[in-house]
Amino acid sequence: MRPFTLERPHDIATAVAFGAADDDQTDYIAGGTDMMQLLTDDIRRPGRLVSLGDGVLDDRIEAAPDGALRLGAAARMSDVADHPAVREGFPLIAEALLSSASAQVRNMATVGGNLLQRTRCAYFRDPGVHGCNKRAPGTGCAARDGVNRMLAVLGGSEHCIATHASDFAVPLVALDAVVRLSGPGGERTIPVEELHRLPGDSPHVETVLVPGELITAIEVPASRAARTSHYLKVRDRESFEFALVSAAVALDTDGGRIREARVAMGGVGPKPWRMRGVERALAGAACDPAVLRAAAARAADGTAPRPGNAFKPELMRRTVLRALRVVGGQP
Amino acid sequence: MPAQTLTATLHVNGREHALPDLDPRTTLLDALRESLGLTGTKKGCGLGHCGACTVLADGRRILSCMALAALYEGREITTIEGLAPEGGAARPHPLQQAFVERDAFQCGYCTPGQIMSAAGLIDEGRTGSPEEIREFMSGNLCRCGAYANIVAAVADVARTPLVPGAREPEQGRS
Ligand SMILES: Cc1cc2nc3c(=O)[nH]c(=O)nc-3n(C[C@H](O)[C@H](O)[C@H](O)COP(=O)(O)OP(=O)(O)OC[C@H]3O[C@@H](n4cnc5c(N)ncnc54)[C@H](O)[C@@H]3O)c2cc1C
Ligand code: SF4
Ligand code: FES
Ligand code: FES
Repeated sequence: MRPFTLERPHDIATAVAFGAADDDQTDYIAGGTDMMQLLTDDIRRPGRLVSLGDGVLDDRIEAAPDGALRLGAAARMSDVADHPAVREGFPLIAEALLSSASAQVRNMATVGGNLLQRTRCAYFRDPGVHGCNKRAPGTGCAARDGVNRMLAVLGGSEHCIATHASDFAVPLVALDAVVRLSGPGGERTIPVEELHRLPGDSPHVETVLVPGELITAIEVPASRAARTSHYLKVRDRESFEFALVSAAVALDTDGGRIREARVAMGGVGPKPWRMRGVERALAGAACDPAVLRAAAARAADGTAPRPGNAFKPELMRRTVLRALRVVGGQP
Repeated sequence: MPAQTLTATLHVNGREHALPDLDPRTTLLDALRESLGLTGTKKGCGLGHCGACTVLADGRRILSCMALAALYEGREITTIEGLAPEGGAARPHPLQQAFVERDAFQCGYCTPGQIMSAAGLIDEGRTGSPEEIREFMSGNLCRCGAYANIVAAVADVARTPLVPGAREPEQGRS
């Protein structure tokens, strides 16, 4: 770990001023569970580390009367997963959080930091590897023809095929959640689906955040579909492992007919991937086995796998189908 | 060379410890082991993967290797040395006793982390079945593979039936 100075501001404005300083030396630290790995492995080398812990961000978890959810960016993953409004109104969010990391990590990690965790691509995480455009722009992509079992089949480019590893972000995208941001230019609100950028020819730029900009809160709109929902995570180990693929599914049904379907997948792209083709195939249709099967068949539309993850398109279809059957009560 | 030195005060096992000249890079784990001499907390991976460094912060289990010591000022830290009530070896904590009785270790390196994690787990009330214990203890690896006996030891203290359906009616969270 390289030397840095540690700053512990108490308000958003001071934290943002550090981050927006034009010396480009600042990294933020919240729960620290990703940042500490990046510092230890010499992947991030800030001159100044600014803690968001001392009252900069709030950790409140609030449900509005209509059921909408507001999570302060500093709310811990474990607290959000255990909150009654989340467990009852948004089971897919609780399940995504509880299938993430370990109990200890969930007690430390914030939901804001979760959305901004870096990819688990092994070449990105190993500074001894030369070719990684995301870590060292212009050096190539060792993963394209290397070990890419975990990596993207949607949204990648010839310069990077990393996946975004967050489980929690997947239901957020399915439910049209937004993040509230505070930065040098003031406040703004953007959909979680637009927070992360596709790699294109600049994979080192991962989000639309400007220097110094903070996530202050996450808001999830009220959703009837979310009450009957499920997060299904498929992985190489039964627990404490990142997703090969995952599916967040929510269905609002009325007398056997699907009023609205929300479907997104994790582990398949540089950001959580909304499955709009699957949703369209479900909307207005009867909730029966043939409809669910036909809809799930759309889950892998447009995928471009590499040799190491050629299994993913079929796994995506099966994962969506299983999740739809669970939610639709069609075992 | 540190870029800065800080002064921080840690609260560990009910006592205050001033850390003058703290390099901001110091993890809570290294502060406990190197500065405070509390070597019961172990370093396995230093990257959040193994759980050997588990301690309680304000009663909740965390990984001390992923924590900067300076950011844990003012939090009440409990390590394996502070788990048993006064009297230490003569009166071990029920989890320590259960690990001995169930032979829940071989080399013992992961054991302090397992026990601190189990203390957090029991407080969370996620001990309804052996499966639940296994899932919520998955952040603690044991390279000797003592898992079966670890689960049994935790189940003893949480009074979790090892056979499904055998739970006695009056018990709840401990
Ligand atoms: C062993 C291990 C296993 C894991 N397994 C999983 C898993 O299965 N699924 C999963 O989804 N995740 C997993 N994770 C990742 C974990 O969920 C993230 O590390 C965690 O959520 C990050 O939150 P944090 O508060 O600790 O962020 P930090 O590490 O403090 O920060 C992460 C990044 O976000 C930035 N940041 C933090 N908060 C803000 C904010 N409010 N505004 C702007 N920038 C901010 C920081 O500068 C940093 O770049 C795992 C992590 C570990 C260590
Ligand atoms: S996939 Fe992206 S993160 Fe992985 S090696 Fe290629 S450029 Fe780096
Ligand atoms: S030493 Fe902390 S998790 Fe391994
Ligand atoms: S007893 Fe040896 S690692 Fe667990």
